Amino acid sequence: MTTIEEVVPVESPAGGDGVPLLEVRDLHVEFHTREGVAKAVNGVNYSVNAGETLAVLGESGSGKSVTAQAVMGILDMPPARIPRGEILFRGQDMLKMSGEERRKIRGQRIAMIFQDALSSLNPVLTVGYQLGEMFRVHQGMSKKDAKIKAIELMDRVKIPAAAARVNDYPHQFSGGMRQRIMIAMALALEPDLIIADEPTTALDVTVQAQVMDLLADLQREYNMGLILITHDLGVVADVADKIAVMYAGRIVERAPVHGLYHRPAHPYTKGLLDSIPRLDQKGQELYAIKGLPPNLLRIPTGCAFNPRCPQAQDICRTEVPALQPVAEQDGTELDGRGSACHFWKETIHG
Amino acid sequence: MAELSKSDESQESTPNVSEVEVVDAHSESEAVAAIEAPVERGEPILQVRNLVKHFPLTQGILFKKQVGAVKAVDGVSFDLYQGETLGIVGESGCGKSTVAKLLMNLERATAGEIFYKGQDITRLSGRAMKAVRRNIQMVFQDPYTSLNPRMTVGDIIGEPFDIHPEVAPKGDRRRKVQDLLDVVGLNPEYINRYPHQFSGGQRQRIGIARGLALNPEIIVCDEPVSALDVSVQAQVINLMERLQDEFNLSYIFIAHDLSIVRHISDRVGVMYLGKMAEIGTDEQIYDHPTHPYTQALLSAVPVPDPDAREHRDRIILTGDVPSPANPPSGCRFRTRCWKAEDKCAEEVPLLAVPERFSGVDTPAAHESACHFAEEKDVVNAA
Repeated sequence: MTTIEEVVPVESPAGGDGVPLLEVRDLHVEFHTREGVAKAVNGVNYSVNAGETLAVLGESGSGKSVTAQAVMGILDMPPARIPRGEILFRGQDMLKMSGEERRKIRGQRIAMIFQDALSSLNPVLTVGYQLGEMFRVHQGMSKKDAKIKAIELMDRVKIPAAAARVNDYPHQFSGGMRQRIMIAMALALEPDLIIADEPTTALDVTVQAQVMDLLADLQREYNMGLILITHDLGVVADVADKIAVMYAGRIVERAPVHGLYHRPAHPYTKGLLDSIPRLDQKGQELYAIKGLPPNLLRIPTGCAFNPRCPQAQDICRTEVPALQPVAEQDGTELDGRGSACHFWKETIHG
Repeated sequence: MAELSKSDESQESTPNVSEVEVVDAHSESEAVAAIEAPVERGEPILQVRNLVKHFPLTQGILFKKQVGAVKAVDGVSFDLYQGETLGIVGESGCGKSTVAKLLMNLERATAGEIFYKGQDITRLSGRAMKAVRRNIQMVFQDPYTSLNPRMTVGDIIGEPFDIHPEVAPKGDRRRKVQDLLDVVGLNPEYINRYPHQFSGGQRQRIGIARGLALNPEIIVCDEPVSALDVSVQAQVINLMERLQDEFNLSYIFIAHDLSIVRHISDRVGVMYLGKMAEIGTDEQIYDHPTHPYTQALLSAVPVPDPDAREHRDRIILTGDVPSPANPPSGCRFRTRCWKAEDKCAEEVPLLAVPERFSGVDTPAAHESACHFAEEKDVVNAA
């Protein structure tokens, strides 16, 4: 596997210290539909370093997956459009690259794991063929060598009896095993960054634990950056280093994992944390965030969360709050934290 | 026919459940009368005994022959008491949804009985069955496919009245439907809208309103919130709890999310490969589990607390759930169990209070189908 650099020269530009592995700056994505323009992503900023796990948390329609697809370069354009923003991979803006340049990054430097492994795998090709494709297409390997590599990969992700199962078809594997094959495929070319979009949502809890464990081990081993997209606050607490909470296409709160759970600084985050039942205690009535997530064709003016927010004031209906740094009461800034709420002080300090 | 079912063998394999008071109805009207009689709070309303459902596996096109069976449910017994919520948890393929279908009589049981107020509903037909169907209703998992897109909300919620006109006379129906919409927190003026005009959470409310239409006593909920967003889940759970108090309902709540099941349930049953592994009150199951599968399942649930990740003692199971067409001999969990010994392959463990705990006043003394049952708190362990 050490020969990748020789076979396909991929520029790993200076990058070096201080430049994050991936940085998304002021990204906007919109979809043109018959009913109007759906603003799915409205100015998202985040960054990931090597070896770090960023969890992007949000409900359906929050723009978390669209952001990831834009990073990966797999958005259908049209109907999607990126009117503004930069996506810097090791300091280079991928949105300005040619199709050829992007293709070299996609799959090799940045790989993606999808939610539904069954529909992401080709049902009429063996898993060995599909895994081997990575090596044949990107590295020009022979069929025979690619199959040996495929077996190696299946071993890596702990699929039992890999050599015997390499010629099986996707439907012959269980859900957990299929997700392992997806992980193997993403790992094939030893990427620097993996984007996992709800990787365990379709799996049972005992299998979810196995798969998340495997992913965390492999990340450590290869020192990869990981963007984990999920709606599950439990999974996030288990693996993330830092979290970005998205709502209606914006990041409403950013924090290291411990800070977010102990002291949320945005009413939406606080509401989410209060609304999930706990395994270790039988609570009273659940707190429920009132109302529904907004329609992206008609995002409320001001703060998008204002119609559902218990603390909303007049200013929330007129002025969009910027993501501002969060500080202690004595003014010391909390490292890595930000909140897009006019009243973050009231939210975090009581 | 009651004698047949109460053979010695079936009594032996279900020492955990109460005696069934079989009501011998000699005519249909007697059966209907028994079904319409009220049940006191805390008395058993539904008693399931040795329920079995095997789906045949066939081969050949012209001359089909049976080559095996998927043992989806293989001898499950439990009671549901009036006014309580019984949670049933388990992973996909454990048979929990098949149990729901059997309780609704949407599938015919291969063997076993389901007593509703002393009447075995697997043998009822005609007027008596119709009376049972009115009293046991269901809320489905997917609010997108369980509502007919070509019917208005009013028609969907009012359809049960076409079959049971005695509940609401014709002229009264529109008002009744509007009342139901109001009860589940939807605007009564939405009566002429179509399902696509609603969000997922609102559709689930429509499904619940339809379930409530006939004033049932039992509602079987099969994963009612798993298709909903986190912020909407809490709304629907709160609604269901409120309705339970208001209408004096008993719930069977089937879900794979263990946190939600704990929140809503009075008692919880854990299923694995068609059998009940452990059953008890929510405190017994969650804080004092004795079956290794329950322990593994609970320890695998991610807890929304980043501090817990270093302290928690995780049991990561190896391998996958075996196929229900060819389950392991003896204890079905033994292929993934870290405690398994030779005995587990030979002897099927019965669902009963483990001997070491019987007669002892401890929360660990509840039914668990394991030869080596041992208490282990995996949720609160720090």
